[in-house]
Order: sequence, then C-alpha cells, then structure tokens
Amino acid sequence: MKKWNLVFDVALCTGCQNCVLAAKDEYVGNDFPGYSAGMPRHGHKWVDIRQRERGRFPAVDIAYLFHACQHCDDAPCIRAARNNAVTKRSDGIVIIDPDRARGQRQIVDACPYQAVHWNEALSLPQHWNFDAHLIDAGWPAPRPVQSCPTGALRALKVEDGEMRRIARAEGLEPLDHGAAHGTRVHYRNLARYTHVFVAGTVVGNEAGLEACVPRAQVRLTRGADTIAGTASDAYGDFRFDGLAPASGRYRVEVTADGYRTQALDFELADSRWLGEIRLNRQESGKVDQRCEKSLLKNI
Amino acid sequence: MLRRFSITLTGLYAVIRYCAWRYPAYRAQLARCNLIAQIRIVDEDSGRWYEIKAGRVRSRAGIHPKPDVTLSYETADVATRLLTPPIDWQEQINSAKNFRLKVDGPDELVYQFTQLMFATRGAGWRFGTEVGDGVRRYTSMTNAGPCFVYVKDGKILRVTPIDFDQDDAPPWTIEARGRRFTPPRKTTLAVHGLAWKSMVYSPDRLLYPMRRVDFDPHGERHPENRGKSGYVRVSWDEALDLVASEIRRVKTDHGPGAILYNYPSHHSWGNVGYWTSALLRFFNAVGHTRVNHNPDSWEGWYWGAAHHWGNSMRLGTAEPYGTVGDLLKEAELVVFWSSDPESTSGIYAGYEGTLRRTWLKELGIPAVHIEPYLNATAAFLGGKWLAPRPGTDTALALAIAHVWITEGLHDKRFIADRTVGFEAWKRYVTGADDGIPKTPEWQQSETGVPAREVRALAREWGSKRTYLAAGGWGNGLGGACRGPTGVQWARAMACLMAMQGLGRPGVNFGNLQWGTPIDTTFYFSGYGEGGFSGDLVATASSISLYQRMPHLPSVNTTLQVLPRTNLPEAIIEGRAEGYQRDSRSIEGQFVPIRYPAPGHSRVRLFYRYGGSNLGTMPESQRYVKMYQSPNLEVVVNQSIWFEGEAKYADIILPACTSFERWDVSEWCNSGGFALHSQMQLNHRVVVMQHKCIEPLGESKSDYRIFLELAHRLGLGMYYSEGMTELDWVQRMFEASDLPRRMSWKKFLQKGYYVVPAPRERLRAPVAYRWFNEGRKKDLPEPSPLPSEYKNRYLEGLQTPSGKFEFECTTLKRYAPDDPERPPVLQYSRSRESVESERAARFPLQLITPHPRFSFHTESDGKDSFLNDIEDHRVLVNGSYYWVLRLNPVDAAARGIRERNLVRVFNELGAVICAAHLTHCVRPGVVHGYESSARYEPLADSERPTDVGGALNLITPKKSQIARASAMGNSNCLVEVEPWAGHAAATPAHQTVETHSA
Repeated sequence: MKKWNLVFDVALCTGCQNCVLAAKDEYVGNDFPGYSAGMPRHGHKWVDIRQRERGRFPAVDIAYLFHACQHCDDAPCIRAARNNAVTKRSDGIVIIDPDRARGQRQIVDACPYQAVHWNEALSLPQHWNFDAHLIDAGWPAPRPVQSCPTGALRALKVEDGEMRRIARAEGLEPLDHGAAHGTRVHYRNLARYTHVFVAGTVVGNEAGLEACVPRAQVRLTRGADTIAGTASDAYGDFRFDGLAPASGRYRVEVTADGYRTQALDFELADSRWLGEIRLNRQESGKVDQRCEKSLLKNI
Repeated sequence: MLRRFSITLTGLYAVIRYCAWRYPAYRAQLARCNLIAQIRIVDEDSGRWYEIKAGRVRSRAGIHPKPDVTLSYETADVATRLLTPPIDWQEQINSAKNFRLKVDGPDELVYQFTQLMFATRGAGWRFGTEVGDGVRRYTSMTNAGPCFVYVKDGKILRVTPIDFDQDDAPPWTIEARGRRFTPPRKTTLAVHGLAWKSMVYSPDRLLYPMRRVDFDPHGERHPENRGKSGYVRVSWDEALDLVASEIRRVKTDHGPGAILYNYPSHHSWGNVGYWTSALLRFFNAVGHTRVNHNPDSWEGWYWGAAHHWGNSMRLGTAEPYGTVGDLLKEAELVVFWSSDPESTSGIYAGYEGTLRRTWLKELGIPAVHIEPYLNATAAFLGGKWLAPRPGTDTALALAIAHVWITEGLHDKRFIADRTVGFEAWKRYVTGADDGIPKTPEWQQSETGVPAREVRALAREWGSKRTYLAAGGWGNGLGGACRGPTGVQWARAMACLMAMQGLGRPGVNFGNLQWGTPIDTTFYFSGYGEGGFSGDLVATASSISLYQRMPHLPSVNTTLQVLPRTNLPEAIIEGRAEGYQRDSRSIEGQFVPIRYPAPGHSRVRLFYRYGGSNLGTMPESQRYVKMYQSPNLEVVVNQSIWFEGEAKYADIILPACTSFERWDVSEWCNSGGFALHSQMQLNHRVVVMQHKCIEPLGESKSDYRIFLELAHRLGLGMYYSEGMTELDWVQRMFEASDLPRRMSWKKFLQKGYYVVPAPRERLRAPVAYRWFNEGRKKDLPEPSPLPSEYKNRYLEGLQTPSGKFEFECTTLKRYAPDDPERPPVLQYSRSRESVESERAARFPLQLITPHPRFSFHTESDGKDSFLNDIEDHRVLVNGSYYWVLRLNPVDAAARGIRERNLVRVFNELGAVICAAHLTHCVRPGVVHGYESSARYEPLADSERPTDVGGALNLITPKKSQIARASAMGNSNCLVEVEPWAGHAAATPAHQTVETHSA
C-alpha cells in the first residue's frame, strides 16, 4: 500500500515562506466539507517555517525548518480524540474531522509537535491535513510542495519499505521521537537546524602585516578522542559542524607551516566562533601579546 | 459598390439580432442601450439606421431624420472595406487619421453603438478551464509571476503557480562540468503573489468613490485638512463629473501644464491596464506636466558607471546575455556585492533564479558576500561574508584594485587593448597623486573589514575566473547603488571588472539571476512599450509595438517637466531644479530640468495613481506637507486600497485589481525599461489575464475609469477607439508573434503559452565576449542607439573612445573639477558616515534595502497574509509592526530585547518598529526594509512619529551628488531607543472611515 510522505531538505530552504502562504491561501476563507473548516485569517500557521540563527557576528548562519502535522502512524491525537474525530487514512494522511472534532481541545494538547491549532471562533482543533481534498481530486502533490521553488519540500507516495530505503540512502531523519510516533515527514540535513558548530579564524603575519592563514590544519578533540579534522580556507576560517549542543569541553589544535602550534580549550554550549586565533611565527620565539588578549576576549 | 455597402449594413443587422438571440451576455449589453444609430456614406445619401430600445433592435435602409449617433464613411467603397470582417486595423486607423471615417453624437452613445458592432465578434468566446465541483480555473499575471486562479461562485478560491501540461514546450538544458542542468516544467510565484487573495478581499479595499468631507469645490476646499478629515461616499457620476469639471477649469484658467499626474514605480500587471498604457493615453489626451522619474533602483549605475562603459539604455548596468551558461561552465568564484536576489527575486521573476543558485552549491562554486547584513542570499548559499560599514564599499574596492596592481593580478592584455585611462586610475589607487596608497590597511579604518581579509579576497578574485554579482540582478539594481555613495560604488564595480578582463570566459557580471538561454527573438510586447498608449516619446512603443498594433498616437503637448526627487518642493515652494533621466545617450543626464517652465503655469491639480510614495520616497514627510499645501487646489487619487497617499486626496476613485479586469501580458517582460528581462526566467510565458471575478463593490478598472472621464471631456472615442479592454487584449495578441503559435480562441481558453527554448546554436552570445575579443557587438539588443557609436556602428562601447574608460571623457567634458564625481573614481567619505559629526547623536547606520517579502508597497499592510510572516511584521499589542534588526551588542547597550517596540529616529522624525536581535547585522548597523505600505503618524507635529513602519520618513532626500537627481537614501544615521508608548495600538487592519456630511 503506497502512502504519502514529505521530505524536507534544510539545506535547500531559502526561508521564502511560500509553503506557509500557500497553506494560508488554501484554507483562509475556504471550507472543504469532510476535510477542513476555514483557517483564521491571522495567527494560525498550519504550515510554518521556523528559523534558527547560529553563531555570532561574523560567523553566523541561518537554517529553516518545515513545521506542520507529521501525519504520525501512531498519532497521539487519534488516541486523544473522542467520537472518532481524528482518523488515519489508508494513504497515511491524518484527518481531523471538522465536525466531529468540535469542542475537543484535548486534541490540540495531545500533539507532541504543537502542530494542532485551536480555532477559538469555531471551537475546533485544526491542522494541515496534507491538502487531502486536493490529493483526492487528483493533485500530484499538496500546495506547499507545489509552491516550493527549490524542491526543498517533496511529496512521495511510496510503500513504507521503500520510504525506509530512501531515508537510509538520503540520510533522512525524523523530528525528535519521530520513530516512536511513526512520523511521515522526513528531514534531510536536519543537523543544520538541530546541531551546533564551532568556528574560528586563523591569523598570522606576512611581511610585517597581519595575514590570513590558509590551509592551517585544525583538529577538534574531546578528551583523548579526535572528533574531526579540517583545514582553514583562504580567509583563515575553519568550521566544525554537526556537533551536539551543550556537549561539553573540546579542544581545537591549529597547526600551520612556519607557525607554532596553538591549542584552545573551550566549553561548547551553543554554536560559537572562537574568534581570531593568532599564530606566532616559529622563529619569533615569543608569544604575541595581542594574540593572548584577543583569545581571552573571545573565549 | 453601393449594393455591397447595403448588403454589409443589412448583414450587421442580422448579426446583431443573431447574437442577441444566441448569447445572453450580448442580450444584456443590448438591453443597456437606448439609441438610434445611423451608418451612412458622405458622398451620397445612402445608409441604414438602427434603433435599439428596450433590448430590441429595429433597422431600416435610408437616412434617419434624428439619429443619436452617426458613423459616416467617405464613400461606399471605404465603408464596405472597413465594415467587412476580419477587421484590418491599419486600414481603420488610417481612415480615421485621414478623416475618411467620422463619428458624431454623444461620446457614450457612440461608444455603446460601436461596442454593439465589435461585441458581435466576441459574443461566443469561452475562457478558463472547468476543473469540477463548480470550480473554474483562470490565468492571471502578477508582479510575482503567472498564476492559476481558481474561482467558485464568483469568488477566488485559490491562487497557485502554473504547472505545465504535456502540450507545453520543454525547457532548455545547460551542460556544465559534466552535469546537465534543466529547470522543471512549471512557473514559480514569489511569496507576495501568494498573498493576492488576501489583497483582493482586503478590508482596506476602496469599494466606492469618496469625497473628502470638507472639500467643497465651489467654496472652501480646506487643503490643510488633507490626511486629517474623513470622507463621504459619493456616486460615480458625482465623482467623475467633479474630476472632469476640475480638469476643464484648471486647463481653461491655467493651461494643461497645471495638471500633474504621478504613478507609482510599479502597478498591477498587464499591458492594457498598466500605467504606461491607459494612464498615459488618457493624460496625453488631456495634457499635463510630466514627472521625470529618477532611476531609483539604478542610481549609481546611471549617474556613475555609465560614464565608464555607456550602456545608458540599460541605465548604466552591465550587459546581461548568456551569463547563466558561462558562469556554470567557467566561473570559479562568485562575489556577491550588495546582491540579494533571494530577497528581490530580481524583479517580477518569481523565484526562478533560486533554483539556478542551488546549482552553484551542486557544482561547489564558492561564493563571497560583501554587505553589512547577512542577507537571504548569503544565508542560503553560505561562503565568506565581509561586512563593510554602509557607504564604505568603494574603499574596499580600491584596496582590491591596489592588491591587483601591486601583485600583478590584473588582465594586462585587456587593459592595454580595450581600456583607456588606466595610468590615471593606477596613480590614484597607488597614491602616486595624493600620497595615499589605497591599501587593504588603509581601507580597514573606513570599512571595518580586516585588511588581511580584503587582501585574501583580492588574491582569490585575481587568480580565479570570477563573476561579480553587483546588486540584486547581478548586473545592477538595488543595494549599495541607492545609498549616499552609490555613484562611487557602481563606478568601482565597473572598474574592478575591467581590470579582470570583462567578457573573458568565466569573468563577467551575474549571479545566475539574468542570462538564461531562452528565446530572445519571439515577440510579445512588454509594458515599457506602452500598451495602447500611442505614446511614441515617453514609451518604447515606436520601436515595435506601434507598427505591429496600429492605433492612434498620443502626444503630450506640454513641455513642462518636474523632477520626481523634488516633487514636494516643486509644489510647496513653486520651483524645483533637477537633472533628467534620459537614457538615450550618456550625456542626456547632464541636461537640467527647471520648474516652472517659461510661460507655463505651476501645478494646481494633482492626479495621483496609487499611494506608495510615503513608504518609498526619502524624507517622506515632505509629501504630507505637499498634500496640505494650498498650492494644490484639487487632489484626485485613483487607488485600489485606502492606504498611504490615498488618505490625502480630495476625491478618491476606487480601482479594481488585475484579477477583476481583462488584460494580457508576458511574464517579466518590461519591454524597453530593461530589455529581455525575461532572461531572469526559466521559461518565457505569455499569459491571458482573465477577468476572474467581477470588480468588488463599485470599483472599476483603470481603463474604465479613464474612459468614463474621457467621455466627459469629449475624448471617449479618441481614448478608446471604441474598444473594450478585451478588444485591446485581442489587438495586443494579434500584434505579437503568438498567433503563429496558438489561436486566439485557444489562448483565450487555456490562458497561457510557453515560448519554446531555442536550439543551442540560437542562444544569445555571452555578454562582452565580443568586446573582449575585439569583434562587432553581437548581442540581440538594439542599444546603444546607432548615433551613440562614435567610431563605427557596432564597434566598441558607447563611450567616446569606444573603450572602457577608467578616466571618463564624458565627465571630463562636463565637469572635470566636480569633487563628487571626478573623471577618475575617487573615494570620498559618506555624509552618513560614523565619522561624521552627526554620528555623535545618531551613532547607528540604518540600512533600508528593497523588501524581501512584499513588492514595494504591494502586499504589505492591507490585512495581507504577509502580516503573519514574522520576518516581515511582528504582532505586538494587537498591531503589526515593521521589523528593525539590531545586533545584540547594540541592543544590549540600549536595553532593548527581542520583540521590544523601539523608536528609530534622527532629525527627520521617528518610526516605531519591533526589534529583532540578530548577528546578521554587523555591530553599529541596524536593518529595516523600505516600502512600508502603511504610514500612520501618531501626532501632528513638525517631526512626526510613524507607527506604520515607513522608514523612509527618516531617510535623507539629498541627492547623492549635486549634479544629478540621484536618490541616496538606502542608508543613513539614526539612533534607536526602547519605546514605551501605547497610543500606537492601531488596529491590525483598518477599514475605510466614512463620515456623512
């Protein structure tokens, strides 16, 4: 039995908000009897794009996350609903019946992803139902997928086994506890949103002038373990990404031709820029005072 | 021949009767008529009359004693030729011009009768597609891209992008580095386009004509109360009679020069309804003082870069052809300099370029971003980010040039063969003249960017084949060119690329936004060609459209011109000076405008189209003062929504949206304004803009409003040629290459046509390749115009030397001693610099780029869906506030936390915004988009406080340089503080207030 799935690639999302607006356009002012009642003009985002900023100036980046009903196979909202108000269709789509769900606020509370919204005026729990009325009318994909300019959002109707194979091949992950709930929205490059980075800038000198140090070897270690290695780019910048937030003490060791190796110990709470790591020329033999100060300031 | 004439007239009678029997819509049209029409020839008493009364038609051969309407043809031969279908428009127009055909009778009745004749052709036309469940799918076009519009029970259900069907043409493929890149078979729609349903059904819609409650045209007019007093609903007849009589009065008493109209930079899409079309035709017929619009998103290129390389017809920006393929195949690095295509979508281009930029990632071509704000494009693509202080970019550019010169990283062959003035440039860069070498270390104190990073960038750039993406288009538009030092910056961008051998493989301007390999030879007119305006001077109509669509020409007889940058001063002070935008030549920009013109009246009547200026023009409080000036005797505003300047009018005429009228257009085709701007798209798409729903309330199409005004001035038949909008749509269709590909009936029904991509050998060549290789220009653009080639046609650039000029001859001739714009580019510190004296009081630099989610003022405010995007507006205490972005360091120093309301201010006033704390702005810089649709001043005072979000209230009006009319307001000094006011709570949406008189 083929079922619907969504795949969202964090790396391909520009944050344009088209999927958010497509859902608003579809549901505000429109009732689809048997599927959904109208969305309030403002305040509700059945489809949402969340934004996360990591790091600090000048080492900062932005990631976006598609957020909506996960169409769980084992959906807490179904169990919480009375009168069969929430059902699971054979094609994987979860539907909150706009008539039977009236007054059932516990359906909102049951959702572990805060993806069910309470419509005060109608006294109704509402969610994004995969545009089921359009799917049933033969649309090849729901509107958020249709309006996505980069293919960051894809809709796949495949057997569950096939979906598992695709997930393995593409490195897709569910949101937290997704495996337990059987979520049908799968995320690619999710670490860009959920994990943290550590970055730094390697600075040396050249003919008496401050200079970027390219191709410096940078090693990230924790205790006795080497976590990763990388090299600085043309601007002396390096970055380790995909680290668990609040994952404790790390050490960065920077080695570059003609410079003395330097090591930095730090605590990783959130994404961070270690600042300018000023290397001392091997022949100089003395520690650059400015470098010490800037490290103190930055760490 | 008389016999054929007689048969033709009898045939017309039969056709009218048949259509009335067969088609209910035609029957209804007939029922609205009450007239006797005579068709006759002049050289004999021969003809036939038609009496139309109570929905019935009666006709007899002969001459009626008292017809209401008479159509007279010179001879039976002429009449037969003109009345026999299919209509030959050339023949019709020539006959009218040569007075072989004339009409008598009241304008409106003549129009009604000609419409009964024309409508017989279209009585059976069908349009749109039935998709089941009582839903019909139409097509339309917006500033955001083409769309399907689903309608049920006369109401818009949804608006979506267009997915192509199997009959539509396949797209192009570019092969680069062993990969094949092909765009998907669909159109993209920018987010503001997905908000259209909420804008059509906005509570701010103007649904009936209104008159300001204390405006009495026969007594006290109370101009000082504009923007303060309320409105009373009036009938269309009352409103139009009033406007027409004011036009007549002002023209009689003062001459047509006393009439001023002004339009927004952008309008709802469509070749017939666009301001270049209906509005120009009407106001040319009336006569008016023209507003010369400065090139507001291209300032630095037009007033600066053009002197180095010409391209005046592209407002000084770079040639855009073929760059997508060249970049993907050849480039090793892309430098985005004040370039954020993900926010500006180019212009009109949906998100077509976005997908192509994912290919950059796929190919691993690195990007560098130079901008004080980590913009949406930088955030998406990643790469090195350099954040110079606003207005200092030129110092950074000079340091790059310095590294290239000292390390020999410039293209010496190109410089020797294709440029002049390099030695002078080199002397300035190296400091041989002024003793200041423009080194990376020198720029550091100006820009705040570490010298080492600039040196590293210069080496990367100088040793790799590099594309420079300057501005949102990649070849210009927006960004730093709109700042106080925009002229310097754009000049610097041109000079840097000339040093790198512009046009060699992989070295050009672009960011994959322009330059797709689409068909550039298929003809469909763009809005810059003026639609049916017939304006051969102020539009590009004369190039192609005028020949292809014979129609009556129109001429504004008044020579008086007014510079837009000084529009409020012109009204308030009665005089203004400026420089004109005239892109035909490089030197056109040197010609001054002086208002008033000798012997011409100052402006008395202002007819304003839309209401965007309070959000888009610098120091916008000037506009409020202008509206409240007694020098304006009457102000008319024709607008869709009650917002911005509409609230400052005496008479408000409600226009409908493009979803409520007929039109036709091609996606992203702006015609002469930016030729081949469809090269931003993956597919050229021509769209039938169906009238999807009836106009809301009593609103009418712009075409219709002007028609009804024209009737009152006796100009109805001249303005309309007896046509409806749909008739013009058909004539526009026939004037294009489309009839060879798709029938009118098919187009009308299906609603769009995808122009096939050309075979690879027919693709446009790469920009500047011809110049680099010393060949004749081979690009499919007609500019520079022939006389602009100084040596031989098609050889070399538009400059006097035909070469790239580091030392600009045109500036040397005009004002060699101008310190603001010397012949060789020099860096001079911005007056909005943190080093200036004012920075002690206003220590932060506010940057106000083009907005990311709305399109100018379109889609903002209006209770639009966009209000729910928290990166656009934030709901605080029941009101949606404009977002101001601050670095957390600056916020902490001021006690400002996330979502706090803040007052951003300087000498000019204050705007209340909601704070967003982000490391995407460098410390010392705050960021808020320009173009708020809402302007809601708190109190009436000299220095207003606006809670609507119109940041241009506090941006400076001063021209970038004295000898130009160049807006330079995209960055300025401000201070920000927490704001505790409550009176702000304007409702989340507002409705039109009416007061009974």
